[in-house]
This record gives sequence, C-alpha cells and structure tokens, in this order.
Amino acid sequence: MVLQSSLKSCLQLSCILRTPKAGFRSTTSGGLIIQSVSDDVYQNLAVEDWIHDHMNLENRQVLFLWRNSPAVVIGRHQNPWQECNLRLLRQKDIKLARRRSGGGTVYHDLGNINLTFFTTRKKYERMENLKLVVKALKALRPQLDVHVTDRYDILLNRQYKISGTAAKLGRTTAYHHCTLLCKADKLVLSSVLKSPYKGLKSNATPSVPASVKNLLEEDPTLTCEMLLDAIAEEYAAQHQIDHHVTFINPTDETLLPGINNKAKELQTWEWVYGKTPKFSLSTCFNMVYKGSVLDVKVAMDVKHGRIEVCNIDLPEQWLPPALCNELVKSLTGSKFCPSETTTLVTTLLRVCPQDDELHSKWNLLCENMIMLM
Amino acid sequence: MAAVTALRSSCRAMGRLVCIHRVRSCSSVRFGKPKYVCVLGTPLQLSQQQRLFRASAVSCGQIVQFKLSDIGEGITEVTVKEWYIKEGDSVSQFDSICEVQSDKASVTITSRYDGIIRKLHYNIDEIAYVGKPLVDIEIDASKGVSPEEDVVETPPMSHEEHTHQEIKGHKTLATPAVRRLAMENNIKLSEVVGTGKDNRILKEDILNYLAKQTGAILPPSPKAEIIPPSPKSETMPAAAKDKARKIPIPVPRPIVFSGKDKTEPITGFHKAMVKTMSAALKIPHFGYCDEIDLTHLVQLREELKPLAQSRGVKLSFMPFFIKAASLGLLQYPILNASLDESCQNVTYKASHNIGVAMDTEQGLIVPNVKNVQVCSVFEIASELNRLQSLGSAGQLGTNDLSGGTFTLSNIGTIGGTYAKPVILPPEVAIGALGKIQILPRFNGKGEVFKAQIMNVSWSADHRIIDGATMARFSNLWKSYLENPASMLLDLK
Repeated sequence: MVLQSSLKSCLQLSCILRTPKAGFRSTTSGGLIIQSVSDDVYQNLAVEDWIHDHMNLENRQVLFLWRNSPAVVIGRHQNPWQECNLRLLRQKDIKLARRRSGGGTVYHDLGNINLTFFTTRKKYERMENLKLVVKALKALRPQLDVHVTDRYDILLNRQYKISGTAAKLGRTTAYHHCTLLCKADKLVLSSVLKSPYKGLKSNATPSVPASVKNLLEEDPTLTCEMLLDAIAEEYAAQHQIDHHVTFINPTDETLLPGINNKAKELQTWEWVYGKTPKFSLSTCFNMVYKGSVLDVKVAMDVKHGRIEVCNIDLPEQWLPPALCNELVKSLTGSKFCPSETTTLVTTLLRVCPQDDELHSKWNLLCENMIMLM
Repeated sequence: MAAVTALRSSCRAMGRLVCIHRVRSCSSVRFGKPKYVCVLGTPLQLSQQQRLFRASAVSCGQIVQFKLSDIGEGITEVTVKEWYIKEGDSVSQFDSICEVQSDKASVTITSRYDGIIRKLHYNIDEIAYVGKPLVDIEIDASKGVSPEEDVVETPPMSHEEHTHQEIKGHKTLATPAVRRLAMENNIKLSEVVGTGKDNRILKEDILNYLAKQTGAILPPSPKAEIIPPSPKSETMPAAAKDKARKIPIPVPRPIVFSGKDKTEPITGFHKAMVKTMSAALKIPHFGYCDEIDLTHLVQLREELKPLAQSRGVKLSFMPFFIKAASLGLLQYPILNASLDESCQNVTYKASHNIGVAMDTEQGLIVPNVKNVQVCSVFEIASELNRLQSLGSAGQLGTNDLSGGTFTLSNIGTIGGTYAKPVILPPEVAIGALGKIQILPRFNGKGEVFKAQIMNVSWSADHRIIDGATMARFSNLWKSYLENPASMLLDLK
C-alpha cells in the first residue's frame, strides 16, 4: 500500500492522540485542542508550521495553546531594526523570532498566552475566533469589559489592548493566531519595543503602538492557566467536542516528523534578519577624538540583511583614504550584524600599518558603525 | 508523424511565420539549444530530433493569466511583499509564487499550473487586486487545463479507489519533464512513490520504478518487497514478476544524482580572513614541537578548581599556559615583537596581550587577555571566562579582538596532537596545544609511570626569530608547566 508521508504523519498524530480513527471522512470529530509543553518560541512556531504544512483540516479544526519565555516576535515582513531595541535584546538575552504570519511586533513572556486557530482556507474567519475568546473571558468573569475592534484587537475597558492578531494563509490551510496579556512584564515590553535606530527607511510593515494592560491588573484573581482553561472550554463547546487538552512536546520527531528542522530554520540568521525587506540607512553621528568632535555621515542600503551599498563620509584625511576604501569594500556584501562587523574590522586591522594612533582611530570609527546595527 | 501533423494544423490556424517563431523560441528556452528543427514539411531523420521537435510543438502552449484568487473576508486588495520566482523560471503546480500581505494576514500564493513564468504583473510593495492577473504563465498546451478550473479540493472518492487518491486536494505532483518521461514509458503517475518535496514525483522515482519493473538491478532483498510499485498487480506482466524473483545480473544503471554545485560569494568576515591569511603566507614560518608532562599541573588544577569556583570562576588549564608563556616572554621578548611592513624595524611590545583562539559559529576568532605580565593566574582565568561567554554570545567588542601580541591555540579541546599553526600578523609567533593524553613514560628510576602528556607546536617568524630562541623559550615554558612550583619563584 503506498502511503504518502503527509497521510502517514496525520495518522501518527491521531494514533498517539487516541482520537477516533475513522479516517478523513469522519464528521464526528470536529476539533482538537493541543497545548505545547515547551516555552521555546522557535519550537512553538515550528509546531504551527508543521500543522499548517502537514495536517488535513477538512473535518477537524485545531486550537493550539502556547506560551513562551521572553521573546520578541516580529511579523513576516517587518524590519527588526525598526521594531525593537536589538541591543537591549542581546543584553537581556531575549530571543528574537520572525513568524510566518503578517502583522506587527509583539513581546512574549510567560505572562502572555498565545492561541492559534487552524482551519481550512475556506473556513478562515478571524472575527469568529476572537468572539470566541471574548465569550470565554466573559464566561469566566462576566464583569470584564472586553470587546473586539474592527482591527482584530481585543480591548479592555475600551482603552487598553490585551490582544493582537495575525494570520497566515496557505494553499489549503490557514491559521489565525493572537496573544492575550495576562501578567506580562510591561516595563520590559515597552523598553524592548522601542527602537533606538535612526535614519531607517523601508517599506516593511510598521507596527502600530498601543497602550496595553494585563488582565491580571483588572482582576488579580486571574491566572494564565484559568484563561487557557476557559478558552479551551469555549472552543470545545462550539466545536461539540470533549473539553480535553492534549499536551504535545514540540521536540518529538516521531509525533511531528521534521519538526526539529523547522525549529532550526526559524533560528537561522537568514530567516530572522535575512528576510527583512530592503531598507536604507542614512544617519550621522559624532565622534570625540583627542578633544575635537568629528562629524561622520553614513549611508547604507541593506538587502536580505546584507549591506549592498555602503558610504562613509569622514573628515578629510582623518583616516588614510586607502584604509577607508578597504573598510567600505569589506562591509559591502557583509551581514548588517554587529558581531560579524566586529570580527571583520578587527581582522582587517591585522593587515593595516601598525600605528597605535591609526588603530585607535579605526577602533573608534568601527565601534560607532557597529552601534548602528 | 502525428506531431508534424499537429504542427501543420496549428500552423494553418496561426499562420506559418508565427508558428516557426514559436518553435524556435521554445526550443531555445526549453532545451538551451539554439538549433531549431523547423522547416515545415521536411521529413525528420534523427529520432532524437524528432523527439525534440515533438516536445517543442507540445510545449508551445498558451499564455495563461493567473489571477489573484479570493483571499476571504471580503478583502479586495493586497500588497505584494516577496516574489519566490522570476520571469523565465519554470514552476510546477503548487509551487509557491509569492507572498502577499493584507491587514495582518500573510498569504502564500501557489501556482495553479505547470509552466514557465512569462510576466510578473506587480513589483514588490505594489498593491495587487483580487480577480486581476498576478502572473502570466505559459502552460503545456497538451495538458488542456482550463484557466477557470478551481484546483483547491477534489471530491471524496469511493472505498475501492487507490489509497493514494484519498489524499484530498493533492493531485499527483510532477514537473512536465517527469510527466513526459512517465508517459513515454507507459507509467501511471499514481503508481509511483514520490520522494520529492510534498511527495512530488521526481525523475529518479520514475527510473527507480522502471528498474523495479524490469528486475534489472536489485537483487531480491526484504526491503524491495515491502513497497511494490503497484497494488494493482494484475496489470504487471507475469513475466516481469518471474524475472524479479531470479537472481539478476547487475546491469549498469544510469546513476542519477541530482545534487548541484553551489557557489557563494565570500563576504564579510571570511573576506577579511582571506586577506589576513594571504598576508601570513608572506611570513617565513618555521616550526618547533615538543611534549610536556602535565602530571603535576593536572594535580594542581584539581586542588585549585574548587577555590576558583568559590570565587565564581571556572578554572581550566589555559590560564596556566598563558601565564607561563608571559613569564617566558619576559626572558625572550623578541617573541612578543612585531616587524614593520618594510622589515626595517622590530618593535618590542611592552604589553603581553596573549590571544586565545576560539571556535565560534562564525569561525575562528582570537580575543586576547590584556597585560598578562601584570595579571595573576586567577585574574587571567576570570578574564577568560568573560571572553568565552561574550564569544559564544557573539558579543565581543573591538577592544577584546584587537591589540594581540602573541597567540595560543588550544586545538586539543577538539582533538589532535601536533599541528602547524599559522602566525597571525602582525605577531611573530604562535603556539598550538594538542590534547592531553595519558601515556606511559619512564621516570628517573627507570620505572614506567602514567604521565599526562600534551604536545605543543610552535611556529615563528624566521626573519627575526631563530630556532635556538624558540627552543629555549619552549624549554622555559615547559619547565614552568612541568614543575608549577617553579613559577612561584618568577611570578611578578
């Protein structure tokens, strides 16, 4: 019997989940609720990818519940330099991920829950999903003033955003996912989502900043677990299935064949930074050297995260022109990335004339250049 | 001959000149051969040419405008964000064509047809409209795919149908070339196991299927029986079945390897390394190697490890190697020097900034510990910890990575005994440390004992350093490490 691998993997998932194995023509099982045991943003995004690519959602819709340790997640077509403070992310060891759905940038931590609604492309309906969430919240706490806006946000007290939405549509399947702020760290959120980088011009999707609030601030008796439970219950009711949540491990290759490769791909520099739409950088900065202030103008075009064109305007003769040219030439084609640039410029220093003054000027200029990344 | 007839009739419809032009352009695009076989009415002699001719006529298909289909939720316009193909690329049905975005939804548009992309109607960041053409695709005329056909879902099939076709919405995926190969060999695509992406059937799959059919290559093995090419075994000729059971004479099979060479430009850090190493090549290197008995040092480190740990520092062997090197450099400062470009002057560097080679994701980086001559072993260990954690996070600063005067490379952590390290300009010496091995050695009394042996391989710039200097430095360094207590006498 010839089995296609997608059929095989669907059967494996359903075997292990012990749902009625009535094949794909069954109309009894209308839904499935799964929850991730991992808090790794890349693994969880990989699960979304896997379900989107491999599961047949004809007769069965899926709700996926997940939470992440601190991470900033940008939309498919966004520019991380425009959206967040990358320096701060690196310092605080907060992960940066690019999801495959559109929309804006969000900050995730364990006080934020993520919900993904998987359906066929035909049954893709975001408003329905968000109304389900609001219904669940109201069932849990009837006094909560929450409603869905026409921008697919959920607002608390008509003022504060507690949920943002994004979606991905493929050939036959689609998913809509949204966040829900329960007790996220608002201080970290606002500091990481503020970009310090100036002079960037691009057509990347910009995020729309909004005032946020945690549900816990409104009602301290709430917890993330209670919210997850309430939403699962409402989903089960609407899809006429058991309120049964199946826990899955996103690193299980037998359950989800190929998942680890998907998670790996989401972590590559080429995906996270390289998928940034083309942008240009035009800025200037001051350098203080031996008591005098120098003006430096930098202009760069960055495509696929790599410097396509680079122009550095320095005061004349401050650095030997040959050396300047060498720097510009080496930067061209290089990743717009601080660690890559640091190793590049320090390696180049080895073949420069060995002059302490030259070296300190070079280091000063390069450090400032690296700050732009 | 049927093909020629077809061509003739189509010519009648379209006009001779147009047809000739089409054949010409088709053959050059599809097969990369500028020669064309079209002189109408001329009998074709070579069967190879005939095949080419037939294929050309068949592939001169119509240009179909692939319209942007409905996104849902009443959306009428989207922004084109990324093209996955360009004009001239060939696509198969279900290949991704582009990514569009509408109001927080990112949509992957896949191709409805097999064919060649002839025109992209939008540039990146332009607005595309639902129902309007997105791309023009030149499709295979023989397919007869009507442009209006909706290919999303196929209706459910009855029980008796081939299991293969129960997978709804997945037509058998194969490129036009593969379909032709199957057609020419009378193979049903539904009977072939696809091994490509999305279970696509590749050329290799057709060839494998053929091989199994004729029993040509594979000796009967358990594996071969598990996946027979077709469950409809009654269609398989009985003769072929018998053949498969006999032990076959191996027939050379066309080795199908679909891997392609991949060329990438050298950029950024690697480009800089190319420059540095090319400069290093200009230095006349000489090597000097030795083995060091670290038995005493191993014991000393074991004693000191918990003390360092209590101060929050992980103590490896490197701090000892580095400090010993610095003590040696005090006696032989020429090894901590630099030769200028014109080889006219030697500069003896006052600071011992000892570089430690690190292997990271990017490749080889060499941060250095500054002023080792005034640091204690503990301070060196603590600084190494800092450099190592920054290095693995990709956060080393320019100051950490520049100003080195002498380098040690502990390649032994990965493996190896002796090495031939390359000097990193503008330095004049480098040492590579092999792994520590437990080996039998003779002691002073002629007894065999267990020794912890490590090999060191030095390279130095022969323009200003001679073998004797290197040997004496190495001996001094070795004596400090073999008898760590002697370091105490000379520590500053």
